Amino acid sequence: MLRVFKRLFRYDKRFRFGFSILTLFIMIALISLFSPYNMKAWNTVPRDMASSLKYPLGTNSMGQDILWQAMVAIKNSLLLGLIAALISRIIAIVLGLLAGYKGGLFDRIVMTINDSFIIIPLFPVLILIASILRTSLSITVLGIIIGLFGWAWDARLFRSQILSLKEREFTKTAVLSGMKTYKIITSEHLPYIIPLIMAATINNVIWVIGMEVTLSMLGLSNLNTPTIGTMIYWALQYQAIFLEKWNWILTPIISCIVLILALYMLSTSISEYLDPRTRLQMIKGE
Amino acid sequence: MVFKKYIIPRFIQYITVLFIGITLVFIIPRLLPSDPVEHQLNRMTAQGQYLDPAAVEEMRETLQELYGLKGGLFQQYINYWKRLFIGNLGPSFTQFPTPVVELIKISLPWTLGLLLVSLMLSWVIGTMLGGIKVSFPNSILAKIMEVLAMGMRPIPYYIMALVLLIIFAFIFPVFPMAGGYSMGAKVGFNLRFILDLFRHAFLPIMSMVVLEIGGWFLQMRNVASNVVEEDYVVYAEASGLPKLKIIFRYIMRNAIIPQITGLALNLGFIFGGALITEIVFSYPGIGTLLYSAILAGDYNLILGINIFSIVGVSTAMLIIDLIYPLLDPRVRYQ
Repeated sequence: MLRVFKRLFRYDKRFRFGFSILTLFIMIALISLFSPYNMKAWNTVPRDMASSLKYPLGTNSMGQDILWQAMVAIKNSLLLGLIAALISRIIAIVLGLLAGYKGGLFDRIVMTINDSFIIIPLFPVLILIASILRTSLSITVLGIIIGLFGWAWDARLFRSQILSLKEREFTKTAVLSGMKTYKIITSEHLPYIIPLIMAATINNVIWVIGMEVTLSMLGLSNLNTPTIGTMIYWALQYQAIFLEKWNWILTPIISCIVLILALYMLSTSISEYLDPRTRLQMIKGE
Repeated sequence: MVFKKYIIPRFIQYITVLFIGITLVFIIPRLLPSDPVEHQLNRMTAQGQYLDPAAVEEMRETLQELYGLKGGLFQQYINYWKRLFIGNLGPSFTQFPTPVVELIKISLPWTLGLLLVSLMLSWVIGTMLGGIKVSFPNSILAKIMEVLAMGMRPIPYYIMALVLLIIFAFIFPVFPMAGGYSMGAKVGFNLRFILDLFRHAFLPIMSMVVLEIGGWFLQMRNVASNVVEEDYVVYAEASGLPKLKIIFRYIMRNAIIPQITGLALNLGFIFGGALITEIVFSYPGIGTLLYSAILAGDYNLILGINIFSIVGVSTAMLIIDLIYPLLDPRVRYQ
């Protein structure tokens, strides 16, 4: 695990870049815990100030410091991504591995449900849920709901991996030497697909962050909690584009794009590493 | 043979997806703690109207009737399907008594146009670029396209639409900010109106195309790079066939099959993207209808759009699946 990481860091520019940016964002998230203002309150600072030493990115029309607001927003968005990804990971890994390993009727039932979740357009369904719950949607609840819907693609991916691992020699050896099913799955197969799980998880976090931004822009989340999405929502509510308050509207947009690109570079770097041909090229090329 | 082995299983899958999706839409609101009827009543009383208790009770009855919330759970479920079978999604609440189906019908052509054009453009461009990249892996143009397409791919629909809106409708006002056609334009089949339609559709279509090219490109590149190593391609090269013929007839023709499966699998996601893009550009399709339903708290309309999207997307997918044997001789002659 650590070896893979070291090698990627050494040979892949994209991994280095993505990892550094992500570390930066995590640090921002940590620093945001020491925010001097209460980010849920309005008018803690003077309104509509241009950027200055005291307010590096200025303040918005609701009397909030944009820099600190953005930092807290990044923390909350990352947290949301993490919660949702964690929940969908558990479902995807358990179902994907079990279905792949057991096969038969169980596999067919799971995969039918799984395919339905892939085909059904999730965006309107999430809107339906969010519009009923609306104000009671805290970061945690929203994370759980998005997580409950975002597992289908990855379950399919993990299952297909298990199907090929199942045919390998070492699985047969393990079965013949009397290993239990869950033991084979956890100690023989899981380690093989951990890099794949990581890449899929990162992609899932990207999807969750995008989904949060979209739901918030529709006003379908707790709008008092600063996230990247709610920041854009309020900026648009106060017509930040027409009034050319670029510091307000562009801060969340740019941080969102940078964060997503960094995550995406990490995930493509890992998934290309999984393909031995490109791995060889990578090491040769440097 | 094809019929038994291919078409019937697809049909069963279609029915299953419809059943699961529509049941999900039935269950979700009933699992959640908040009651849409109470919500609606609260909204009305919050607007400051005075309602006497008897009227409220009557209203509650009517609303429950409307939302299909009367009777036991099983009875509700049966009634729900009965209503769906005759294509009745109930009336819209805010535009009472216009049926939800009527509202969707008005918005549908816009969404369909946006979706079809952007899907076709991105699919063709992405697939071609993928094929070119594999055939000429060292060309600079291919490399630049690769970086661009890949860099755009992960950006959420909403952010991309917003950025394009800010740049091309506000900073450089070349395109209109909102709507499907200019206000006051005469609707008719003439050049001026068509150009106006085109101008309004340009940015939404662009924002979807730019995002989706990357996915098609990536998949095509991966599949085609395996095809390139096949014996028949090596043989074609060795026998001195023209390069273009090899690319189109040998490499692309074989790598295109998974692209079509991908089209079917990604349809739900892309449909969601179209709704989001419409909302940002206030394009008068189903997305904007959904947004107005959210703003007004029109629960029945949201529900109707949900059911409609599930039926629409899975039917489209069934159609793609049924066209598939025409393109893949291996399925046809199985």
